Amino acid sequence: MSKSHPTFDKLDPLNPSANQHLLNRRNFIKSLSLGSYGLMANGLIATGLLGSQNAMALASKPPLGHVVIIGGGYAGTTAAKYIRMWSLNNIAVTVIEKSSQFVSCPVSNLVLGGSKNINELTFGYDLVQKNHGIEWVHDEVTGIDTVARKVKMARGEISYDRLIIAPGIDFMYESLPNLATEEAQQLVPNAWKAGWQTVNLRKQLEALSDGSIFVMSIPKAPYRCPPGPYERACQVASYFKAHKPASKVIVLDANAEIISKKALFTKVFNEMYANMIDYRPNSLIVEVDVANKTAKTEFETVEADVLNIIPPQRAGKAAQILSLNNIDKRWCEVDFLTYESKIAANVHVIGDSVSSGLPKSAHMATSQARVCASAIVALMSQQQPDPAPVFANTCYSYVNDKMAIHVANVYRYDATKKIMLAADGGGVSDKPSELEASYAAAWANNIWSDVLT
Amino acid sequence: MLSSHTLNNKRLRLAYFDCVLTSSVLLIMSTLITSVAQAAEVISIKPAPNLHIRTLAASCAACHGTNGNPINVKNFTALPILAGLDTQYFITQMLAFKSGERPATVMHHHAKGLTIDEINLLAIYFSQQKRISGISPKPQLLKADHE
Repeated sequence: MSKSHPTFDKLDPLNPSANQHLLNRRNFIKSLSLGSYGLMANGLIATGLLGSQNAMALASKPPLGHVVIIGGGYAGTTAAKYIRMWSLNNIAVTVIEKSSQFVSCPVSNLVLGGSKNINELTFGYDLVQKNHGIEWVHDEVTGIDTVARKVKMARGEISYDRLIIAPGIDFMYESLPNLATEEAQQLVPNAWKAGWQTVNLRKQLEALSDGSIFVMSIPKAPYRCPPGPYERACQVASYFKAHKPASKVIVLDANAEIISKKALFTKVFNEMYANMIDYRPNSLIVEVDVANKTAKTEFETVEADVLNIIPPQRAGKAAQILSLNNIDKRWCEVDFLTYESKIAANVHVIGDSVSSGLPKSAHMATSQARVCASAIVALMSQQQPDPAPVFANTCYSYVNDKMAIHVANVYRYDATKKIMLAADGGGVSDKPSELEASYAAAWANNIWSDVLT
Repeated sequence: MLSSHTLNNKRLRLAYFDCVLTSSVLLIMSTLITSVAQAAEVISIKPAPNLHIRTLAASCAACHGTNGNPINVKNFTALPILAGLDTQYFITQMLAFKSGERPATVMHHHAKGLTIDEINLLAIYFSQQKRISGISPKPQLLKADHE
């Protein structure tokens, strides 16, 4: 498919219209969809976004068509790699991602605890692009035309045969308008997408004197990473225990109880962090005073030295463009055999944006991505997708800098209910252990390798 | 517990059978297919390629690496390489996790959720994967323009 054509090197990178003439004459471009694809390639050569080698792959005709993926997180990048692998490179794949780096949310709570640095969780996309011949467009999506099958971006447009939307989460500031601005988030970071807010929150913790109060809030489920907030409370408490032992962690949870690994976290809060973690259920945040770092629930007003509000969440912005988030105006309803949206044909949604009733974890995002990739390869090869997908999910949480716990399940498609359900036999750790922290490190390194190389 | 997991979906059984047929491990077929009658019924219809086992196997990658080739991290407990693993060894270990005979921190939670058929077919799938060294992406400094 990417076999080079000897005359292609003669194309003038600065003169796309001349190139287009050449390409047309040589009859490279046949179908409408591939035609726009070729035009796009030339546009990108002209703007210097693609080298000529990449342009070659773009302008050659992919035998089975072209999949565009919006979002290069765990879900989107995995789908890109596995579509290339499983189609034996017969499907062209383009990822549109506005960030040039991948920063892992899993393990990012350890930055708050102090045992990891953000630069240990930050990676480039170069290897996965190069190893699998994936096109990468560094741009932001502004519109989607499902009739013409085109994605519009700030700097051009691109045609697709099938579109995958993997935008992660978007924060809902409607109920917490004081937190909507960047300035407010400098003072009260959410740090729920790993990046500079994570670094900021760590710096605020480092600057505290002993005897200070860290207050964090948890939104009502569903939200990204169910055990994540409880792991965060442990990480901050672990840091306090070692360096600021008179300090306190107050957890304001909008849920009625700990919603993930409950028995384990309860034990850890009560034993490892007795008199340090103060867990308060049924504590929905109704107002935040940013300047005074004060959080108001329905019942009380809590003052903090460092305040970390994790806002309620919904499907990422790219999914909102087509109003794919039809469930509670938050999450996207999909067919669990293909992850095709129930709202738009030939548009698939994977990862945290999906309404599934399952934990919104990185491993889950990659598992959904592979089911979607497999189904898309089958559909584009005129085959039937797997009628009963099964996949695994393992999720580790670190309770301090040395020990971890897990929850693990196999999930199966239920043909009657048409949803994924947990199979019998799943469960959680007996107790925190150093061995599981070792496995958690292996998990992180292997999922990074699987997604990014 | 097993019966609730044993898939009675006919199309799925077709897929399993295809994997067995194309696996060139026909010798152990009798141990994999629980009923000969079932197998006979399947032959008359052209089966789809086995996407089921390939996708299931790929969900093991989070810990065991792409196609069963894990990255083993320095100073940490090494994870088993599943690529090219002996089928009988894989099956024995997974059944031991499933029954609880082999103690585990995590693997029993996965093994118990899989059917015997799936364990057998995963064994074949992984035994056919080439052993290669996994690659780690190189960490970078977080850029100023990142969110």
